[in-house]
Amino acid sequence: MLLHFGPQHPSTHGVFRMDLYLDGEIIVKAVPYCGYLHRAVEKLCEKLAYVQLTPIVDKNDYVSPMTNEQALVMAFEAMLKLEVPRRARWMRSLFAELQRIASHLLAIGTFSLDLGGALGGGSTVFIHCFRERELILDLFEDVTGARFHYNTHTIGGNRHDLPAGWGAKVKAALDVIEARLPEYGAMTLENRIFQQRTKNVGVLDGELALELGITGPNLRASGVDHDLRRDAPYSAYDEVKVKVAVAKAGDCYARSEVRVAEVKESIRLCRLFVDGMPEGPINSGKPTKLPVQTKIPVGQTYVGIETPRGELGTWLIADGTQNPYRLKIRPPSLHSLSALPYILPGQTVSDAVAILGSLDPIMGEVDR
Amino acid sequence: MNEFLQGGLYGGGIIVAIMTSLLFVLWTERKMAARMQSRIGPNIIDPLGFLQAPADVLKLLQKEDIVPEKADRALFNYAPVLGAAVAIAVAAVVPFSATIVGADLDVGVLYLLAAGAVGVLPVFAAGWGSNNKFALLGAMRAIAQSVSYEVPLVLAALVPVILTGSMKVSEIVTFQQNHHWLIVWPFFLGVPAFVLFMLAMLAESNRIPFDIPEAESELVAGITTEYTGMKFGLFYMAEYLHTVIASAVAASLFLGGYDGPFAPGVWWMVAKTFGMVVAIYYLRWSLMRFRSDQLMALCWRWLVPTGVVLVVASALFVVFAG
Repeated sequence: MLLHFGPQHPSTHGVFRMDLYLDGEIIVKAVPYCGYLHRAVEKLCEKLAYVQLTPIVDKNDYVSPMTNEQALVMAFEAMLKLEVPRRARWMRSLFAELQRIASHLLAIGTFSLDLGGALGGGSTVFIHCFRERELILDLFEDVTGARFHYNTHTIGGNRHDLPAGWGAKVKAALDVIEARLPEYGAMTLENRIFQQRTKNVGVLDGELALELGITGPNLRASGVDHDLRRDAPYSAYDEVKVKVAVAKAGDCYARSEVRVAEVKESIRLCRLFVDGMPEGPINSGKPTKLPVQTKIPVGQTYVGIETPRGELGTWLIADGTQNPYRLKIRPPSLHSLSALPYILPGQTVSDAVAILGSLDPIMGEVDR
Repeated sequence: MNEFLQGGLYGGGIIVAIMTSLLFVLWTERKMAARMQSRIGPNIIDPLGFLQAPADVLKLLQKEDIVPEKADRALFNYAPVLGAAVAIAVAAVVPFSATIVGADLDVGVLYLLAAGAVGVLPVFAAGWGSNNKFALLGAMRAIAQSVSYEVPLVLAALVPVILTGSMKVSEIVTFQQNHHWLIVWPFFLGVPAFVLFMLAMLAESNRIPFDIPEAESELVAGITTEYTGMKFGLFYMAEYLHTVIASAVAASLFLGGYDGPFAPGVWWMVAKTFGMVVAIYYLRWSLMRFRSDQLMALCWRWLVPTGVVLVVASALFVVFAG
């Protein structure tokens, strides 16, 4: 039986379609299709000036806009050979880690929703996760004025400085989140039903993952110890030591385990960044009156950073004008989805939902 | 004549009472779920949200009734009606007090098991009649699940029958009044049989963690995918009816039914039923759901053998200790 799974389906995490060829409830073959959320972001980037691009890429991975902006402006700064002030770098890392907590909370919540249903235990975890995510959005609102699409990274630094007393607020929020983490543990990782549904389901081999270019928690759950924050430090990560969470099994359970461990690690890093936040300027860019005055010399570069979902790359080809000649975004979710045809066959329809949820794809950045 | 009159009056009364209680049950569940999820719950229509359920029914009644073009109209249309009817039918033999009972059959337990088993039919009719792959998958799961869980349900219900020596529900309750509630003594039979009965009942009424037939995160809405308006509402109602009546049956068989001090029997029955309902909803809003094959494994590997052991043990208990 051929089952069209999506694009209008409650648990495809956006508009995503899989053609599932079924034998009873067992999947024989799976063909994923993406492109339902294509918004021509890369083409749009060629038409707009460099300084106008941050609000555009905010909407790519709409669960962690901070890291989208960061990857973009870091590519521009690399081309301009611009030194970013230390405070700005620390702020960027702090934002990225807070965003990682928020994003992983959402991932755990929606994954539980996939397993437990909108009218059941799953939604309880989901709403609890959103409650904590809310605290982080409030923090970002204090800094940037926006709850979601921040537009706070600029070429050469940051746009908004931290308001007075913000560090204490961050610490208070982190304390709350840390205190509530065991609740999620009890409802997810330690729960027998959750374990039954996730252990040995959707096992992704480490070598296959590397071949497909999968990065981030999905790769680390397959036993490959790879994290750009530690292996190719950027922003403030060269000044702190990042402990990378790795799991061996490669199944849905391992992926959830890695995410929860990363939330804990991010909480620790956030505290470090708040405590060690240096004083100084937050922007080294030359002020311009018009967007067209920011021009990038001829050349090309690739910059990759570790977002909550993996390596988000920006490949920029500049031709000396105020617009990019070509701006290619490498979304980690697209590579995660490419594993589906390999790991779905042999699993049931219920598992397909669990596997898709555990890969944590964001269609906004898959289709761009 | 007298019996017919009594049956008609009490039966009608019970149906009206249960239907009305659904509104309260719905309200309780919503408010409870909201509190568990640190939300407030319905509070717009009136400050306490009591009118939310009637408002929902009103909305469902106004919805357009869509029948898919390629659906089997007869099957598609009678499935929700039968679903609700079957759910109510079970309530007929449940005594709500010494006198308030629809029909006190001599084979009451057999009747309620049989009536419950008919519940597979509307599910199958809906799944097949909708001509929708998600509905079909849901129906497939539901039938496998109901047929399997029928076995532990029967075995668990046999335990009170053997211990009390009667299939008449009112006599089972009277026995518990005169001796002990079955969950109190013999507790080593009563408690496991009660748990087994509740698990099987939850599976029969498609409640989380056993709600895989309509697993909305996998099968969109399972058997109800193609249904609109009040037809969907009837399925929804049947599910709630099932929960309430299953709780009432469990209260009668294991918790002493209308037996209790101080207050009149019917209040005890209502209190016990309501307590069970709340427990079921507590489970529902804190657990995730099993996978279809894991559910089958749970049934055949654990619940059925446990049931067989319990039945044999209660027979031995009656022979040697009773």
